[in-house]
Amino acid sequence: MVSAEPQPVPIEPRPVPEVSSVSRMSPDATEEKKVVPTKVQIQNLSFFYGSHQVLRNVSIDVPKDQVTALIGPSGCGKTTLLRCLNRMHDLYPGNRYEGSVKLQPEGTDILGPGMDPIQVRMRFGMVFQKPNPFPKSIYENVAYGLRLQGMSQRRDLDERVEKALREAALWDEVKSRLHGLAHNLSGGQQQRLCIARAIATDPDVVLFDEPTSALDPIATSKIEELIVEIRKRVTVIIVTHNLQQAGRISDMTAFMYLGELIEFGETNRVFTNPAKPQTEDYISGRFG
Amino acid sequence: MLPERFLEQQRGRALRRKAVDRWFGRLGLLLTLGTLAVLGVLLLNLAANGLFRIDWHFLTSFPSRRAAEAGVLSAWVGTALLMLVTASLAIPLGVAAGIYLEEYAPKNKWTDFVEINIANLAGVPSILYGLMALGLFVYKFRFGQSILAGGMALGCLVLPIVIVSTREALRTIPAMIREAAFALGATRWQAVWHHLLPYSTGGIATGVILAMSRAIGESSPLITIGALTFIAFLPPPAILNHAPFVSFSWLFSPFTALPIQMFNWVSRPGEEFQANAAAAGLLLMVITLGMNGAAILLRRHAQRNIKW
Repeated sequence: MVSAEPQPVPIEPRPVPEVSSVSRMSPDATEEKKVVPTKVQIQNLSFFYGSHQVLRNVSIDVPKDQVTALIGPSGCGKTTLLRCLNRMHDLYPGNRYEGSVKLQPEGTDILGPGMDPIQVRMRFGMVFQKPNPFPKSIYENVAYGLRLQGMSQRRDLDERVEKALREAALWDEVKSRLHGLAHNLSGGQQQRLCIARAIATDPDVVLFDEPTSALDPIATSKIEELIVEIRKRVTVIIVTHNLQQAGRISDMTAFMYLGELIEFGETNRVFTNPAKPQTEDYISGRFG
Repeated sequence: MLPERFLEQQRGRALRRKAVDRWFGRLGLLLTLGTLAVLGVLLLNLAANGLFRIDWHFLTSFPSRRAAEAGVLSAWVGTALLMLVTASLAIPLGVAAGIYLEEYAPKNKWTDFVEINIANLAGVPSILYGLMALGLFVYKFRFGQSILAGGMALGCLVLPIVIVSTREALRTIPAMIREAAFALGATRWQAVWHHLLPYSTGGIATGVILAMSRAIGESSPLITIGALTFIAFLPPPAILNHAPFVSFSWLFSPFTALPIQMFNWVSRPGEEFQANAAAAGLLLMVITLGMNGAAILLRRHAQRNIKW
């Protein structure tokens, strides 16, 4: 699978003989770091639901201001991994993390003791599988994150809401009905509203959990364009079960299987020249 | 098996299945109409016996030895004040408990135990609430045979209804709406206050009104704590024309209520008092039906902008 519009390639994709010490599963990660700084450094992350281990020693260096896709068959742990990054698992009992997830360049460990999940979530935006706008106005949906962060001046809010809606390519469609209900928008518009809501607070990273699985192809392509556009200023991590989508929009791809990271590398390389047989089997459609 | 015979059999089966379907529909309709008819007969009977008694005089007069001059003033004022106390106790406590159990409480054996017992409480006979109120509120807390004690007894009685309906209302909000709020950095309280409560107002209000309409018709707990059956005065006013302008002495006033007044009239000999009882009953029915109607309208109004 080669993307229709080739993404800028930070390094020449070539196989590296020795396994990197930082990310043992990512042959080209060490070289990647020379060009693009790491934003989210996932190190030996394991996740347990009760006594059931869902993630096993996952290590990924997510590059800054790029799109990293998590792919793999259902139940491989890609969504679980995504939800570790903004501590969503803390909302439910019986969950436990091991390892570390460091937000660079400060190096704060978001799983570390004393780290408040609420602080983490303010720096990680999230867009869900199904559009889930609040049953409030378009304006209030986008403004909510800003309000939570203490912004209350009408003028500031107006400005930031407009900026976010423009970035989500929704402004022209909704500017005349900002105070109308979000539910009167189409599914694709609702999802773009959710993206606007997630980026309004200028998060460091935006997490997308299969954001187009409930949308038609036209709405899907708009969301994809948007993701490629916003990665210019924000790091994007996207879970997708659509391989073509991963190929089209991502710079880096991580293939997961049974809770383990099988392979992580530059998307073109992973899709054209996978290093592991499981990756090749999955990408060529032999399972999954 | 021959295809024709097979098709024939299937056709016969389909006809039988559709017949069962039709019959169930008819049975359901019949039972629904039967239930409604009982209500209708009850209302008509009360109206036939008591409607002629309901006038301005009836609503503004105290009870009297002479049936024709008797009214329900002290009864409906008592009922209204009781409901005020009941609502002030049951709504904050019940809604808060419902929110805690649904949104905050860990799911473990202890909360399971609490949950089962709240369901049990809803089924405890109301006279037991009356006995509890007599021992606790009237004697122990020395509230006396007062509006406060009566309202608190009714408040405890309907508390489980408010808790359960609050939880039900919260449960209809999809998890993805909660997660959307949490993902933006909301605390549990912010999610509750900004989202969950506003989105479940309709459901909670419906439950509260249904709870109130249950409380308004209760007589046994009130009789148990010693509500009077003949009262020819009103509680002291809540608003004074001198400082401090507000008075809560009405809380400690003796009282009667519509169902008790009705019970009192029913137990008297003489056709005329029976008419008074029917009139009081009609009033109670109208209030209850009105409250239930309000509950439906309120829910429609609150939910009209809420879609998932």
